[in-house]
Amino acid sequence: MREKLLSMIEKNSRIDVKELAVLMGEEEIDIVNELAALESEGIICGYHTLIDWEKTSIEKVSALIEVRVTPQRGQGFDNIAERIYKYPEVNSVYLISGGYDLLVTLEGKSLKEVSAFVSDKLSTLDTVLSTATHFILKKYKDHGTILMKKHEDTREKVTP
Amino acid sequence: MRSPLADKVVEIKPSGIRKFFDIVSEMDDVISLSVGEPDFDTPWHIRDEGIYSLEKGRTFYTSNAGLKELKEEICHYMKRKQGLEYDPKDEVFLTVGGSEGIDAAMRAMLNPGEEVLIPQPSFVSYEPCAILAGGVPVIIELKAENEFRLTAKELEDAITEKTKLLVLPFPNNPTGAILERKDLEEIAEVIIKHDIFVMSDEIYAELTYKDKHVSIAEIPGMQERTILINGFSKAYAMTGWRLGYACGPKEIIAQMLKIHQFAIMCAPTTSQYAAVEALRNGDEDVAEMREAYNQRRRYLMSAFKEMGLECFEPFGAFYVFPCIKEFGLTSDEFATRFLKEEKVAIVPGTAFGDCGEGFLRISYASSLENLKIAMGRLAEFIERLRKG
Repeated sequence: MREKLLSMIEKNSRIDVKELAVLMGEEEIDIVNELAALESEGIICGYHTLIDWEKTSIEKVSALIEVRVTPQRGQGFDNIAERIYKYPEVNSVYLISGGYDLLVTLEGKSLKEVSAFVSDKLSTLDTVLSTATHFILKKYKDHGTILMKKHEDTREKVTP
Repeated sequence: MRSPLADKVVEIKPSGIRKFFDIVSEMDDVISLSVGEPDFDTPWHIRDEGIYSLEKGRTFYTSNAGLKELKEEICHYMKRKQGLEYDPKDEVFLTVGGSEGIDAAMRAMLNPGEEVLIPQPSFVSYEPCAILAGGVPVIIELKAENEFRLTAKELEDAITEKTKLLVLPFPNNPTGAILERKDLEEIAEVIIKHDIFVMSDEIYAELTYKDKHVSIAEIPGMQERTILINGFSKAYAMTGWRLGYACGPKEIIAQMLKIHQFAIMCAPTTSQYAAVEALRNGDEDVAEMREAYNQRRRYLMSAFKEMGLECFEPFGAFYVFPCIKEFGLTSDEFATRFLKEEKVAIVPGTAFGDCGEGFLRISYASSLENLKIAMGRLAEFIERLRKG
């Protein structure tokens, strides 16, 4: 039940317990208990909403920043990652295999604000060797959801 | 001028679903729960193989029976899913959808005047195909109190000296009924005793929500008297690709293949290449779609319970078949009024045989959001009917 429950609320975190119970063929009380357990175990880390900011009047700029760093003895990348993820404007920090070390994503109000973050805060950290900033121009699909167009039902309306 | 037409064809009633289709297609903003095909797109990796085959210029006929590698994959699939052994050389061939298999089986097996037992409510093709093949359809009316399963007793009572073939349409469209191993064992006993054959339409085999589907061919002594019809339409959401297959004893397959060879040539080549991919790498897609259907099925059962609408719990296909006898309307009247007043299209049970009277087929091959809106409207509608 655990895996199924997670995959259901991963797609729709607003679904209520009663409906979950019906769709999964489980008792409501079992769902409530399982959700509580998943939260306390830190498996469910939050209930976010996927927003296409493009369609609003609010200006937002998203960027991906590749960061090369010098790992520290005994700490590896954890310390430097922490330094970076503590900035509230940073959305995510991933340790990456390959040509660079950390992938940082962040959102700002403008290009200027993002550039300022990179030049003033990120690149000035001791352990940071270099950064490469990529601005996102258009989001087609995010979190498994296609943002561009609605799925249209083109089937014949009545078939045997 | 004399009539250019064949009486046998003219006498066949047009599909009962047609009339309903005409009304629905005139209306806008209808939520349609009357669709007999998956609402999912064919999984992308399967479509991609189809596209790739076109890019590679695989645009020619295949052999009459179909691609060798596809026949082999089907045989592996049958072994892995049902534990059935078929020889890819002469015990399986590819058809244009399950429908062609139904037609070819009837034509290959029926002599004039021989009787075909057709349990109803069931898919609309069996009866006309039997007639066109020169057979005599004999309807077995399935009953709600048996959850629309075919019982050994009902079968035994319908058999005469002329009976040749039993159509076994489970998991069932439109009722959602399934047959389990015990049901099949009892039926098989009667079949073997009377030395008749079976055409088992298992197109919904992947869509069962209780135990794994059991084929009648798995019951000892049955494989040699069963033509098994299956296909890619429902399991892999590939209706438009028109691809199915028939498995069975080589004596029957050889004759069906003859009809196929002269009437069809071969099943669509692009679809066959895509189907190889479906069988090799499609299990997860099927499981995902099955889970989505199952959630909707549970939702509908719970919605019916809340509005006090009688319905046995179906464990197959993607249909529920609620009973509307309490309202004193015919299925047709109910469906027509519901469509006009609430703009939701569902099919009257009578489109699938006279014994579907008093029932409706609701397809849950539709998004949960749509189902919720439709059930809201159904609850209001029956509330009005109950108040009179």
